[in-house]
Amino acid sequence: MQQMIRDIAVILNATLMYTPPLLFAALGSCFSEKCGVVNIGIEGMMTIGAFVGAAAGYYTGNPWLSFLLAGVAGGLLALFHAFACITCRANQTISGTAINFLSSGVSVFVCRLLFSGNTETIPVSNKLPLFLSGLFSWCAEHLPAPLAGLFRPNGFLDNVFNTYASTYLAFLAVPIVWYVFYRTQFGLRLRAVGEYPRAADTLGIHVAGVRYICVILSGILAGLGGASLTLATVSAFRPSIVLGQGFIAMASVIFGRFRPQGAMLGCILFAFCSGLRVIVGSNTSISVNLISMIPYVATILCLVLFVGKSQIPAASGLPYEKSK
Amino acid sequence: MSSKKSSAPSTLGRSFWQRVLFHNMSDTLLAIVLGFLMGALALVIAGYSPLTAYGKLFSVIFGSPRNMSYSFIEFASPYILTGLSVAFSFKTGIFNIGAEGQYVVGSVAALLVGYFIHAPAFIHIPLCIFAAILAGVLWGALVGILKLRFGTNEILCMIMFNWIAYYLSNYIVNLRPVLSAPGKTWSHTIQDTAKITISGWSSLLSNKVHAGIFLALAAALAVYYILYKTTLGFRLKAVGHNINGAKFAGIPTEKATMITLMISGGLASLAGGLQVLGVTYKISQFAGQEGYGFQGITVALIASSHPLGVILAGLFYGAMKFGGTRFDAPSEIVDIIMGCIVFFIAISGLIRANIQRLAERRDKHAANDP
Repeated sequence: MQQMIRDIAVILNATLMYTPPLLFAALGSCFSEKCGVVNIGIEGMMTIGAFVGAAAGYYTGNPWLSFLLAGVAGGLLALFHAFACITCRANQTISGTAINFLSSGVSVFVCRLLFSGNTETIPVSNKLPLFLSGLFSWCAEHLPAPLAGLFRPNGFLDNVFNTYASTYLAFLAVPIVWYVFYRTQFGLRLRAVGEYPRAADTLGIHVAGVRYICVILSGILAGLGGASLTLATVSAFRPSIVLGQGFIAMASVIFGRFRPQGAMLGCILFAFCSGLRVIVGSNTSISVNLISMIPYVATILCLVLFVGKSQIPAASGLPYEKSK
Repeated sequence: MSSKKSSAPSTLGRSFWQRVLFHNMSDTLLAIVLGFLMGALALVIAGYSPLTAYGKLFSVIFGSPRNMSYSFIEFASPYILTGLSVAFSFKTGIFNIGAEGQYVVGSVAALLVGYFIHAPAFIHIPLCIFAAILAGVLWGALVGILKLRFGTNEILCMIMFNWIAYYLSNYIVNLRPVLSAPGKTWSHTIQDTAKITISGWSSLLSNKVHAGIFLALAAALAVYYILYKTTLGFRLKAVGHNINGAKFAGIPTEKATMITLMISGGLASLAGGLQVLGVTYKISQFAGQEGYGFQGITVALIASSHPLGVILAGLFYGAMKFGGTRFDAPSEIVDIIMGCIVFFIAISGLIRANIQRLAERRDKHAANDP
């Protein structure tokens, strides 16, 4: 029983730890998909974010500054995608593919220059803080006896919820993105641009401008997602660190029918599968390679079972030409 | 899928540049030049001399018959085939980002048949090649079923299948009968009867010259023939060009999608199979995705998805990859150059439009001047 509770705590904690990279990237993907630009460069933007986060974390020692810089790096890369897709009306899939190639090339290239020929960065000394440590120790000391026990170090709550700040930021970002999408003028505009750009244009909305902002936001969020890999989940960058998580994030957006709250559920589900991998891998003799397939198989199963024809924004993937 | 316009508008004519710039070929060459310029920029920023570095690259690739055989036979063969796989899918309106996984299942199938079956070479080699192709055809068909029956997004599906193939390969390599010895990270080597390496051609060439290049070239010709000389090819291209139009014309579009996925899958997995039969003879546990399939995307884009162009693009890519292995600067510069080339190909429409506008303005000025 004790063991089982501990296992559950480990799985839940791992779920919370694996969620933020996916969730940030998924929210980013929501932004660009909603405004009608397919962004399969999310994976590459995560990679560059992961690298910049790790490198800046090593050199500055300040995790928050590094986290922000990673967002900026992702945003810059997204600017290229936006330029190609919006201004040049390039094929969005091809541009996204180029972004993915470029970002892994650039990250490893710069990594070799900065870290004396290595393709891995030196681990950062300061990760993002464990968010609730202070609160939990305060509760354990100041609350009356039965309650204080709940918050004791290494107790169930501590083991599950005392995780990196990036987790809580990612979950906090979900209602914010929801509010932006459905309760602000900008959100209305970006949805209009994604559904029917010509109508939006007729009403005086600057289609290209809205799309630029959304694609850059998607890059910033993906960069933050990458950084939450290297500044929280693990502490160093290596070339294979993102491992298709950008694509899993895109799958969870489709799973969530292009709504931030739905995408969040998708991300939690995939993170849970990854968490399951940790516990099953350490407790059984099943090959770790088979267990590693779980998130990817789960993604396909979700797409098959729950999604069907999901409601893709009507203008998704189509460049908009003003005069035609 | 390809963003290129294949036919030149009839209104063009006056300026030389306008005429030149309407061809895909010049787009691609321009993109390649710009890609190398960006690579030079990266080299300068990193403190290397681009002239020396590119000179080295060139001399490595063309330096000796041995190096040329590395560049254009050993390294180029898989890229030609994965490039063909992606190009074929582009032509028919699908984006085969799953070539990576198909490559992997092809190599696994070739390894298993090559190691476990004992037969004389004239049976063994075709059997291995058949197994490799079959694996990719089935792997592609699986995606087709998911897309057509359940409406799942094929791009995401293929990306997930890439990872599943990756872990499947690692799993099989680590199975007791396949693993070379406990604690090792690579499989047994295939039987000698399954190897397609051509030894004793010439001591000047690399010892990994293999018959795969002939199959790759034959495959390119076959794809060209299918796409441009058969009804099937016409139908597939029609579906790729305008799916509603094709449907209206009575072409069974679902069947076309399925055939495309199967042929693309078979081409990419043939690449993986030949690599095992001709070069590696075994499979090592992956530490990261090998990238042959992904780089096939680049090859297809450089070739504007034309099957014969793929041959040239594959030779180019193979040479660059080989050159990158003997580079003074970090070899990732090759990835940066290739990424830039793809990016410039993607935005070539705008570059062309701008140059055209400049040319028109100049022509107008010239016309106004007495």
